[in-house]
Amino acid sequence: MKVAVLKGGRSLERQVSLRSGAQIEDALQRLGHETVVIDVGPELVKQVRAAKPDVAFIALHGRDGEDGAVQELLGAIGVPYTGSGPSACIRCADKVLAKHLMRDAGVPTPEFHSFNETAFRELGAAAALTDIERSLGFPLVVKPAGQGSALGIKFARSSEDVPSALLAAFSYDRKLLLERYVKGRDLAVSVLDSEDGSEAVALPVVEAVPRDEDFYDFEARYQIGRTAFVCPAELPQELAAQAQKLALQVYKLLGCKGFARVDLMLEQASGELWVLETNAIPGFTETSLLPQAADAAGIGFDELVSRILLSAPAR
Amino acid sequence: MATDKRTRRARPAAHELVRYEGLFAARTRGMRSSAMREMMALTERPEVISLAGGLPDTSTFAPELYAKLMARVAAESTARALQYGPTGGMAVVMEGIVKVMEAEGTIVDPEDVIVTTGGQQVIDLVCKTLIDPGDVIVAEAPTYPGAVPTFSAYEADVVQIEMDAEGMPIDALEGTLDALAGEGRRPKFIYTIPNFQNPGGVTMSLERRRRLVEVARERELLILEDNPYGLLRYEGDPLPTLYSLDASNARRGGASDLVIYLGTFSKILSPGVRLGWAVAPRPVLEKLNLGKQGADLCSSPVTQLFVAAYLDEQDWMGYIQTLRDLYRKRRDTMLEALSKHFGDQARWTKPQGGLFIWATLPQYIDTTDLLARALESENVAFVPGRAAYMDGRGAASMRLNFAGIREQDIREGIRRIGKVVDEQVGLFGTLTRNGDGS
Repeated sequence: MKVAVLKGGRSLERQVSLRSGAQIEDALQRLGHETVVIDVGPELVKQVRAAKPDVAFIALHGRDGEDGAVQELLGAIGVPYTGSGPSACIRCADKVLAKHLMRDAGVPTPEFHSFNETAFRELGAAAALTDIERSLGFPLVVKPAGQGSALGIKFARSSEDVPSALLAAFSYDRKLLLERYVKGRDLAVSVLDSEDGSEAVALPVVEAVPRDEDFYDFEARYQIGRTAFVCPAELPQELAAQAQKLALQVYKLLGCKGFARVDLMLEQASGELWVLETNAIPGFTETSLLPQAADAAGIGFDELVSRILLSAPAR
Repeated sequence: MATDKRTRRARPAAHELVRYEGLFAARTRGMRSSAMREMMALTERPEVISLAGGLPDTSTFAPELYAKLMARVAAESTARALQYGPTGGMAVVMEGIVKVMEAEGTIVDPEDVIVTTGGQQVIDLVCKTLIDPGDVIVAEAPTYPGAVPTFSAYEADVVQIEMDAEGMPIDALEGTLDALAGEGRRPKFIYTIPNFQNPGGVTMSLERRRRLVEVARERELLILEDNPYGLLRYEGDPLPTLYSLDASNARRGGASDLVIYLGTFSKILSPGVRLGWAVAPRPVLEKLNLGKQGADLCSSPVTQLFVAAYLDEQDWMGYIQTLRDLYRKRRDTMLEALSKHFGDQARWTKPQGGLFIWATLPQYIDTTDLLARALESENVAFVPGRAAYMDGRGAASMRLNFAGIREQDIREGIRRIGKVVDEQVGLFGTLTRNGDGS
């Protein structure tokens, strides 16, 4: 098969995407496919047309790649691609939309409030902050609505911290959310479609255990050496099964295809599971969680790539 | 079918990486990539005006001259150029180094000099020689961002002293030294960039230089004097180096026994030649030499001979004067642009030389986040202030390079950053409950 690997782009996660793309390209070649690599930019449509691939493997993270824009374009020019379609991408990339959908569907997600810049500029949203702080409690988490990496996520420990945390989040997106902080264990469940796309399967749960003392350092997450990954996570079987069930429910709720990764928290105090967000295109690097989870399920990297590739045209 | 002949090796799976994890030395935990570093990679896009680099402008060096000097190296010393050289450096370069230091009023004995692979290697070798895990280094705040990973790699405990307009306040230094002494700790060395500090842009006053040397002498501490930009002064009178202040003391017999001096050709000639040097007390020099043997045996004889030929036959002070004139104009352009576009909401240093201006915004702005916005919406980049601190401070500041940037790009770059800052300041006003902006 001729496969165009789409990587890079100009999102803040460009570097991770380049590494993901390189891994995927190598795997595709080992699998005997012909590959064309495209660093996504203004020439994307022309380049894809010229390459005439059978399938596009989208290894982009963050803006453009994960928010549905590239999927929309590929659909318009009739090129099959891996992973979720535009609507699911939009639902995953916008954390606020995803959380609303989850809350409406009865999926446990931490309590939150969301605003765009306009709410503050034109509706005096700041006056509601005291009420929000009271209901969410401290510390609370402030996140840009549409940023996939750790960038821009801030913890506010008191009212005084809130305005600058909001400002930081607004540096990445015009919309943000304030969320109740769930103290506990960091879990991720990757979901993978069968090759014919007929059935989705939850892979073993991965736990990210920060090595440094500081819980609040999001940079520590998913960084080799600073975060230890335990896969499968050491959880009672029942709890692991519950996390997988939740992940599958969210995967279907958001309309994901091919693969995705659902991030959850296991709350220390209550023992409850909470879904934070879903990544429509999680990383494919050595230390990324999807390949780790697949590996734990006995699916090697090449097989993972092969399965995702084969499920692509089944849309 | 493979499209190239590169071997498509299977990469290690996650569970195999755990094996490496157990092999890494404990000190590698201090070596980390970061979200900021990932973001800095985006600054290399061609459409981005980047004021982030630490670059001099090498386009001012005539290609014909480069060719001529290399031809001379080839004609006179091909075999030597292609051979290993002495670990401490070639005698011809050391003689050149002595001349360069003399131009700054510092007289040294070539026997006290070691030639290194860039000034950066001096920082590495000094740490390699002096620092055990947990040892204290006293540095300025902010400090050279390039020294931060080196200090981290050697697991030093870096105590940073906030500078003012005259550099490191010596009273604060003494207070810190006393506090450390109270804990039974003594810094292995004090790291300072007295001239046009990177990134702070400030110059240590003569009075403080004298006192720093005195304090170091009283307390028997070493000083690492990093002086890459001393000759790139655009105004004001040159100040003596710490090395010369100590060495000129009659009792020392012309050599300092407490200052390790770091020099480099990177900013006065070319960073591409990768040549720097240290002047150090003999016992330290010997250890640096042994450390260098283990690191790279010797610095490139090719570039050493190139530099020696350059210093021998060319008007190198004339070239430095060309750089001074060019960089002075660019500094003035940046200062003017800052006044126009940053206005009241920021303050910035007015360096008398060097490459950088350090600008500080209101405390509620984190320049790491600001950089994301600046890159995304305005295609402009700078170095976030956190990079110059070991302890997370500096978040509201940024380092701006003026030396390596064309004037029109300086104006446009500062205009764009100013626009993003204005937006953030305006937005912040709406995020506070009383609208008081506090």
